[in-house]
Amino acid sequence: MRQRLGLRSNRQGFWLTAVFLLIVLVLVACGGGAPAEEGGEEAPAEGAEEEAAPTKIVISNWDAYMPEDLLDNFTAETGIEVELALHATNEEIVGKLVASGGRGFDVVFVTGQFAQALNNQGLLAEINHDLIPNMANLYPEVSEIAFDPGNTFSVPYTWGTTGLCYRTDLVDFEPTSWFDLLRPPEELVGKITMLQTDRWLLLPAQKALGFSANTTDPEEMAQVRDLLIEAKQNLLAYDDTTFYSRLVSGEAYLVEAWDGWCNYGIAENPDIAFVVPEEGSDLWVDTMVIPAASENQEAAHAFINYVLRPEVASWVVENILYKVPNQVAMEQIDPTLIETFPNLGMSPEELLAQEALLDVGEAQELYTEIVTEVLASE
Amino acid sequence: MRSKFLKRVRALDVHLVLVYLFLYGPIVMLIVLSFNELGLPTAWGGFSLKWYGELARNTALLNAGINSLIVAGGSTLVSAVIGTLLAIGLERAVRSTLLDAFVFVPMIIPDIVLAIALLSFYSLLKMRLGLYSIMLSHIVFNIAFVAAIVRTRLSYFDPSLEEASMDLGATQIKTFLKITLPLILPGIMAGALLAFTISFDEFVIAFFTAGPGQPTLPIQIYSMVRFGVTPDVNALSTIILFISITSILVAQRLSGMRGVL
Amino acid sequence: MKKFTQQLVLLGPGLAWLVVFLVIPLVLILSYSFFRRGPYGGVVYEFTLKNYKQLFSPLVLRVFLTSLRIAVITTGLALLIGYPTAYAIATAAPQWRTTLLGLVALPFWTSYLIRTYAWIVLLNREGVINHFLMRLGIIHEPLGLLYNEFAIIIGLLYGYLPFMILPLYSSIERLNPELREAAADLGAPPLKTFFTVTLPLTLQGVIAGSIFVFVPSLGNFVVPELLGGGRRLMIGNLIQNRFLKARDWPSGAAMAFGVMSIVLILLLLQAWATNRLQEGGANAE
Repeated sequence: MRQRLGLRSNRQGFWLTAVFLLIVLVLVACGGGAPAEEGGEEAPAEGAEEEAAPTKIVISNWDAYMPEDLLDNFTAETGIEVELALHATNEEIVGKLVASGGRGFDVVFVTGQFAQALNNQGLLAEINHDLIPNMANLYPEVSEIAFDPGNTFSVPYTWGTTGLCYRTDLVDFEPTSWFDLLRPPEELVGKITMLQTDRWLLLPAQKALGFSANTTDPEEMAQVRDLLIEAKQNLLAYDDTTFYSRLVSGEAYLVEAWDGWCNYGIAENPDIAFVVPEEGSDLWVDTMVIPAASENQEAAHAFINYVLRPEVASWVVENILYKVPNQVAMEQIDPTLIETFPNLGMSPEELLAQEALLDVGEAQELYTEIVTEVLASE
Repeated sequence: MRSKFLKRVRALDVHLVLVYLFLYGPIVMLIVLSFNELGLPTAWGGFSLKWYGELARNTALLNAGINSLIVAGGSTLVSAVIGTLLAIGLERAVRSTLLDAFVFVPMIIPDIVLAIALLSFYSLLKMRLGLYSIMLSHIVFNIAFVAAIVRTRLSYFDPSLEEASMDLGATQIKTFLKITLPLILPGIMAGALLAFTISFDEFVIAFFTAGPGQPTLPIQIYSMVRFGVTPDVNALSTIILFISITSILVAQRLSGMRGVL
Repeated sequence: MKKFTQQLVLLGPGLAWLVVFLVIPLVLILSYSFFRRGPYGGVVYEFTLKNYKQLFSPLVLRVFLTSLRIAVITTGLALLIGYPTAYAIATAAPQWRTTLLGLVALPFWTSYLIRTYAWIVLLNREGVINHFLMRLGIIHEPLGLLYNEFAIIIGLLYGYLPFMILPLYSSIERLNPELREAAADLGAPPLKTFFTVTLPLTLQGVIAGSIFVFVPSLGNFVVPELLGGGRRLMIGNLIQNRFLKARDWPSGAAMAFGVMSIVLILLLLQAWATNRLQEGGANAE
């Protein structure tokens, strides 16, 4: 009881003090809250009030996946303003689009099988080819990609495959099979890494066993799991991000790698080589899509058209070392670049001979389960 | 008896030295490496400030540092005020074990649980994630830390001081400003310093509730470390260590708040 | 009435904040854990116990057991190393104590991620330790020190050892040295004195320190990822995967409550033990 007296005996004074503290609090909250209002209330659907202002589109892309000056140049040329949002993973942007019903974005960069999943949910607008004359720059083969024949809801931005990336000076044979990764000879044990993202963690075993990279058969998936658990014993680590530097440092000799990322290793050490195993591999395609809920469809198409210019596509090849389905751009590439990074020279036929990754729909749960079992095994 | 005592102490002291070696070895190694021209852990290429230069040009890391300062500063200011009010309330107005336990929860709850709970909550509200969402999240545990430290300080001194002041005719606000506040100020500052440090270094909750493209320093470091080891991380850790030690020493000198560490 | 408004102003903001940003989010994920996941992420509001059944599937149980094992070993090592450390500090000359204690806490004020990263540099195949051992001719092939359970445990121990030492120090420091001396004078050998007098009287510090190390070790996902190379899955990794990768929020939420219930049981045990100890102490007096 006594303890309370100190503050109770003069309530008026107490009040003043408390109010003083609260004012400080409110001031601080306002200062801290200001950005909250800018960002938090961002529901571009309400942008209608500002229709008088120039059109503004919101795009979402991976960080550093397009030329830095692209947005400024696009705005200067078309008068359309662009706000750039970034996502780190496909899962993240798909989660956002599903949660918002696709509102809030006008163009989104997302990998093919995720684009297919978004389209299956009715979240994507149909691509109007008349508004994208630069589609003519692309290889005619892009209309054959399995997840979106005819490019009805997605426009390809980059493409490539997955294979084995290895040190020719440390591996004394030429790897040709996924089994060289999964059941390596003695000298490679502990010198191998595999990708950790679910589709690419499963891919080597699916292909090695002669299954589809999109199989939903529980029997086949059980075999895939067993093979991957067996292979885990020989791994140095699962690694999605540093496998090429491990090759450069000699910590790893042979890794499962995306073609473009293997090129990062080759850039640092020319003794590194890339090979697509004889059992075949995947075809991955990063695409641009327009949410059906976008209120700036025309501007969104204009943006995609701009990105399909050869100079944008060749920037990607020269700086990110990825292949692009842009025929005009690929034909302009300096041949010495392809000499240094041979996989840049893969033709559309060679790429399309690989199996395009598709959305597996309900079987995604089975995939998650198998991946967890593999990662949790000891 | 005496020699036996000395012998035991000596064994303990050896243990103590080994523990400090364990705690400081890795840190000292990073500091030394940060001055290595080669940037390699295994070969010495001569003394160099090269990696500090690299660091100064690493705008992504500098931006992340600024983001962290904003998050830690904002959450510290708010939680210093709310936490102090809460401490006074719990110490002087309402005595309740249940409330005490409740305020303790943010300190002990596993960070990953709080992280996914807040992420779910924000996305239910369709809130766009950004620096302020990290700030709101950090205030949760910072309130608890500030309140705990201010309470300790409050419990040290006798409320009769306040009563005496008012018996002598001082108004309550005067009493608060002249007696209570100066007495608990070291506690508030210590709490704020702790809150700032925790918030500045917090990774898990920030990782889940950050918006894309606005990483805090720990998130940026995490992606740097995941994308390979670059020697400018060594330089960065040396600078962070230097700043923390200086700020702790300054704080200690200023407020005589020993024992808060 | 005025007392009520006073309490409202003092406690209102803090408690309101905790209700909005702690209680409501926790209730939210608790309710999610009883719903079904949508085919493309998101939550379908349809009651199911599937997520909790999954919690007891052999797969998830194994991950839980791995995490428990790692957390228990880490806590045990921290106690073994931390107790003598705290004891040495508490029995050091008084003018040294603050400095010694400060030195234990200081690493804590540097970035946690950087401290973890330091162990990558140390344990790497091309790392400092391997290099050093090869120079000395002790080994000829680099050892695989990184990317295994050992590396995870070292990383956790390094991160959380101060959490063990600090509470231990405060309980040992409070100990009356005369008690120990009395036992010694009565002819008790030092070890016996330790186990019958010192340890029981500092048990509260032991429990508190153990909880401070155990809880963050159990839910950690950064250390297993960076130092474990993704080859050991801990429950934190699983929750992170379910939330950010598989976007299966209901099952991730159920796992989070699995972790929460372990923590809750530990805290209840602690409260019970503390009560017992205090009663015991009161009786002894």
